Amino acid sequence: MYQHILLASDGSENAVRAAKEAVKIASCTPESIIDVVYVVDFDKTVSDVLHSNSSEALDIERRKKNSKVIQFLNESNVQYKTTILRGKPGQEIVKYANEQQVDLVIIGSRGLNALQEMVLGSVSHKVMKRVNCPALIVK
Amino acid sequence: MQSLKQQWFGNISGDILSGIVVALALIPEAIAFSIIAGVDPMVGLYASFTIAVLIAFVGGRPGMISAATGAMALVMVPLVRDYGIEYLFAATILTGIIQIIFGLLKIAKLLKFIPNAVMIGFVNSLAILIFMAQVPHFIGISTMTYIFVAITLVLVYTLPRFIKVIPAPLIAIITLTTIALFSGIELRTIGDLGNITNTLPSFMIPDVPFTFETLQIIFPFSLSLAIVGLVESLLTSRIVDDMTGTESNKNQEARGQGIANFVNGFFGGMAGCAMIGQSVINVKSGGRGRLSTLVAGLFLMFLILVLGDLVVRIPMPVLVGIMIMVSVGTFDWSSFKYLVKAPRTDVIVMLTTVAIVVWTHDLSKGVIAGIILSAIFFVVKISTIKIVQQDNRFMIHGQLFFASTDGFINYFKNTVIQSDRIQIDFSNSRIWDDSGVGALVNVEELLKDRGIEVEIIELDLPSKKIIEKLEGMSSTH
Repeated sequence: MYQHILLASDGSENAVRAAKEAVKIASCTPESIIDVVYVVDFDKTVSDVLHSNSSEALDIERRKKNSKVIQFLNESNVQYKTTILRGKPGQEIVKYANEQQVDLVIIGSRGLNALQEMVLGSVSHKVMKRVNCPALIVK
Repeated sequence: MQSLKQQWFGNISGDILSGIVVALALIPEAIAFSIIAGVDPMVGLYASFTIAVLIAFVGGRPGMISAATGAMALVMVPLVRDYGIEYLFAATILTGIIQIIFGLLKIAKLLKFIPNAVMIGFVNSLAILIFMAQVPHFIGISTMTYIFVAITLVLVYTLPRFIKVIPAPLIAIITLTTIALFSGIELRTIGDLGNITNTLPSFMIPDVPFTFETLQIIFPFSLSLAIVGLVESLLTSRIVDDMTGTESNKNQEARGQGIANFVNGFFGGMAGCAMIGQSVINVKSGGRGRLSTLVAGLFLMFLILVLGDLVVRIPMPVLVGIMIMVSVGTFDWSSFKYLVKAPRTDVIVMLTTVAIVVWTHDLSKGVIAGIILSAIFFVVKISTIKIVQQDNRFMIHGQLFFASTDGFINYFKNTVIQSDRIQIDFSNSRIWDDSGVGALVNVEELLKDRGIEVEIIELDLPSKKIIEKLEGMSSTH
């Protein structure tokens, strides 16, 4: 079934919900591995660096952000690994998914309304349109 | 760290493309910063060319963009106003020398001690000053000026949604300059404030008397410029490190900035440093290597040689609009959250840094004041000792050393103790020096006089060692 499952995570509650679905699917096949992809957003790096005292502190801060998802995966009985990408979230997830030829992309949706989506842009929508594999958007 | 070959040719097509994008985005800024400094636009453009090209070879952070900057321009305003441009060139050369010395002294390690509260204050005050510098160019000039500033702002903020390849400021400049030229609307242009010449920079020795008096004039400015340049450059290199997930050589960068400024002063440029905004644009446009910085410098010069005559026609209001965008982009908007969430003392340090820079127009003064203030807060915090009493056990919280002994002794002087036997618990404390040991002995004797026996418990190993060392020397044992 789905062997290489990409779970896009920004560390939010939506990502935790997506992680739950990822675990359900991964549990079906023993060889499945969940690849937790966290994108360090270019638009936030300046402010991130300014507000941290060192690159080590920033690294810990980012790990903390993603900790809810990791904790959940630790508790469940599935294989997983983590990948950190840098750039524009939607774009980088798509690029990585297509390059690595993952079997399934799972991503949480922020549940924006039409206006917010126009202004902010929906990452999950972008990813779904552009990946070459099935995508699961978790509400 | 990558090999030199990798740093130059690891990303050729990405670097060439991003270098071109940066050159286009750099022109309005280099001109605007020249205007802030009170010099001809050529001075900032020459500086941007020379610095970018040199830093490509001698810098420590591949992919970072250095050129004429607002932070440096603000520092040099009084020098240019009171003594003239030749003194600026001399000061730029001296800035380079100071930065090379700082680089050799491994200053980068020292810059690690600049707290982030000061850094946040730095960028915020820079943003405020860039904005303030625009005000005289658009307030109360003409209605058309306001309209052009407004249209520029609308264009630079909406165009990037539709056109991603060409920088929006460039599109705004081209369309609005064309409109201004053909409609005959009365607007001040860059040409009204200075000249653009279609020639390459040439070597010249600044025309200043080589006397001690000259040195006295330029040295304070050069020192400020050297500090501001290194602070912004090292902050920028941290940002580029983080964006690219790679490391860089900070000391080499400091030295490289020095070499670039040193040479730059001989070629008619103003002192510059790394630029946060342009470096972010470079990385976002795909630039990673040294080639991107080189291409940015070379293409900038090429554009000036070819388009110099058109550049002077750019209406000031368009440039002002772009610089307002730059200042909004420079400001750290998460500072408002920081004001509420960060520790009180950090907030005070940040606001003090901003206030001093806005007051003095000198970023180095704000940085130094911010560092001193946060050092004071640090000493106060670390020298505060808290003692919690649980029955006959006195828990010490905090460090016991020369600055905190008073609090420690006074507590036991002023506390009424009923029992004739107490424990002092050091599990949350450590004794650091002779004064700490002295204070402990002092308290033991003080309590003994009152008929109370003291037992010291939970001392950690380093504290025990320092006590043993001193007891071995003391005559009473």
